[in-house]
Amino acid sequence: MTPYWECLRAIVFREWLRFVQQRSRFFSALVRPLLWLVVFAAGFRAALGIAIIEPYETYITYETWIVPGLACMILLFNGMQGSLSMVYDREMGSMRVLLTSPLPRSFLLASKLLATALISLLQVYAFLLIAWFYGVQPPAAGLLTALPALLLVALLLSALGLLLSNGIRQLENFAGVMNFVIFPMFFLSSALYPLWKMREASEWLFWICSFNPFTYAVELVRFALYERLNPLALAVCLGLTLLFSLLAVLSFNPQHAALRRAT
Amino acid sequence: MTALRVERVSFAYGERQALHDVSFNTASGGFTALLGPNGAGKSTLIALLTRLYDLQQGDIQVAGFSLRSQPREALRRLGVVFQQSTLDLDLSVEQNLRYHAALHGMPRKVANDRIEVELDRQQLSERRKSKVRELNGGHRRRVEIARALLHKPSLLLLDEASAGLDPASRQNLNDHVRSLCNEQGMSVLWTTHLLDEVQASDELIILNRGNLVAQGRADELAAADGSLQQTFARLTRNAVPA
Repeated sequence: MTPYWECLRAIVFREWLRFVQQRSRFFSALVRPLLWLVVFAAGFRAALGIAIIEPYETYITYETWIVPGLACMILLFNGMQGSLSMVYDREMGSMRVLLTSPLPRSFLLASKLLATALISLLQVYAFLLIAWFYGVQPPAAGLLTALPALLLVALLLSALGLLLSNGIRQLENFAGVMNFVIFPMFFLSSALYPLWKMREASEWLFWICSFNPFTYAVELVRFALYERLNPLALAVCLGLTLLFSLLAVLSFNPQHAALRRAT
Repeated sequence: MTALRVERVSFAYGERQALHDVSFNTASGGFTALLGPNGAGKSTLIALLTRLYDLQQGDIQVAGFSLRSQPREALRRLGVVFQQSTLDLDLSVEQNLRYHAALHGMPRKVANDRIEVELDRQQLSERRKSKVRELNGGHRRRVEIARALLHKPSLLLLDEASAGLDPASRQNLNDHVRSLCNEQGMSVLWTTHLLDEVQASDELIILNRGNLVAQGRADELAAADGSLQQTFARLTRNAVPA
C-alpha cells in the first residue's frame, strides 16, 4: 500500500504547491461567484421571490438560494481548469513523467482527479466563509455534512473535464470547449432558479434542466448544506462520477493524440 | 546479459508506417548510440520504449521484462531523459526529485537517501533548494539525469538529451553520461542525430525511414567508407527531407 500512498500524497502535494504559487487563480476563482452573489443576486432579490421549497423550512432570500449553485460553479470552473492543465501538461511534455511511472495509469489519473478536487474544496469553503459573513448562513453542521457532497461533485466535474480533455487535439481548442460546456451547464440547471420556475417559463427548458447532471450536483450540495440527503441527486452524481471516471481513464491515451495528428 | 531487446517492432500512424520490423539488442553495461536523421523513427521508438505509445506489433524487453506482459516491471527498470524538458519549473530541484521518487512508489526514507546520493553525484547539492526555472540548460539536464537515476534503473534512456545546449554543455553532458556508464556499469541508450556525439568504441544502431539500416561498433561500421560521416551519409541517402 505504501507506494500508492506515497504517490497519491505527492500528486496532491504538487497540486497544492501549484495552487499556492498561483494566488491569482485562487482570487479569480473567488471573485466570480462573489460577483454573482453580491451584484447579480442583489439585483434579482426584489424580482424573484422563492417559495418554501425543500430543503428550506422557511422563505429564503435569493442569495440563500444561489449559494449552493455558486459553490458548484467554483467546482465546475476548477474541474475544467484542472483538465486544461492536463492538456497543457500533455502538450508541454510534463505529463510524460506521470505516464512513465510503473504504477497503474488508472491510479495515477484517479490521484490527479482527487488532487484537483481537494484543492477545489478549499476554494469552496473560502467562498462559503465569505458568504457566511455576507449573511447567507446555513446551519454550522451543514458545512460539515456538505463536505462529502462537495467532494463527490468536485470529482464528478473533474472527471467530466478529464473526459473532455481527452478529445481535445490542441490547447487552443480547449477554451472554446470550456465555454461551450460551462455556461450551458450552469445556466440550464437549478443553480440560479428553482426548476418549478423554469417550468413556468418553458416546459422544454424544464426538461433540459432536469437532464442536466449539474442540476443534481447543485441539489445534492443544497440539501447537504441543510443537513438533508437528496437520494436521487446522490445516485445521479455517484453514477455519473463512476461513469465519467471510467470513460476518462479508458479514453486517456497519449497515443490517440499522436494518431489523430497524423491522420 | 541484454539491457534492451527490441523484437520485430512495427508502428504506423494511420497509413504512415513509422517503424518497419525493427529488431536489435543492446548489451548490459554499455553505451549504445541510436542514430538517425529526422523522420527516422527514433521518437516513435522512444515513445514505445517508455510506453507512451502501445505496441502495435512486436515486443520490447527491458532487463528481461516485456513491455507487453510485464509493463510495470519493465518501467521500474527504465530511467528516461526526454528531449523536451519534463521538469516542473516552479518546483525546486529537490521537490522535482521527491515527486519523481513518489511516482515510483519509493518509501520516503529510501527516497531521501537516494536524493542525497544523486544530488551529490550530479554536483547539484548546493542547488537543491533552487527553483528549476533559475537553472541553466546544462544544470536542468543534470537534474533530469539525477531524476532518471533515482530509482536505480537498469537502463538509462536519453532522447536527444543534448538538444538546445551550447557546444560546451553538450560535450559536458556527453562526458558525464559516459562516466556514469563506465563507473557505475550503467546501460545507456543515447539517441541523437549528431555524429560528433558518437565515439569509435560505441555500439551504434542506425535508423532511417523507420528501418534499422546498420548495427555494430562505430569504428567497424565506419571502416567500409573511411569515416562514420560517409557511412551515415550512404545509409541515410534517402532520408525524409528535414
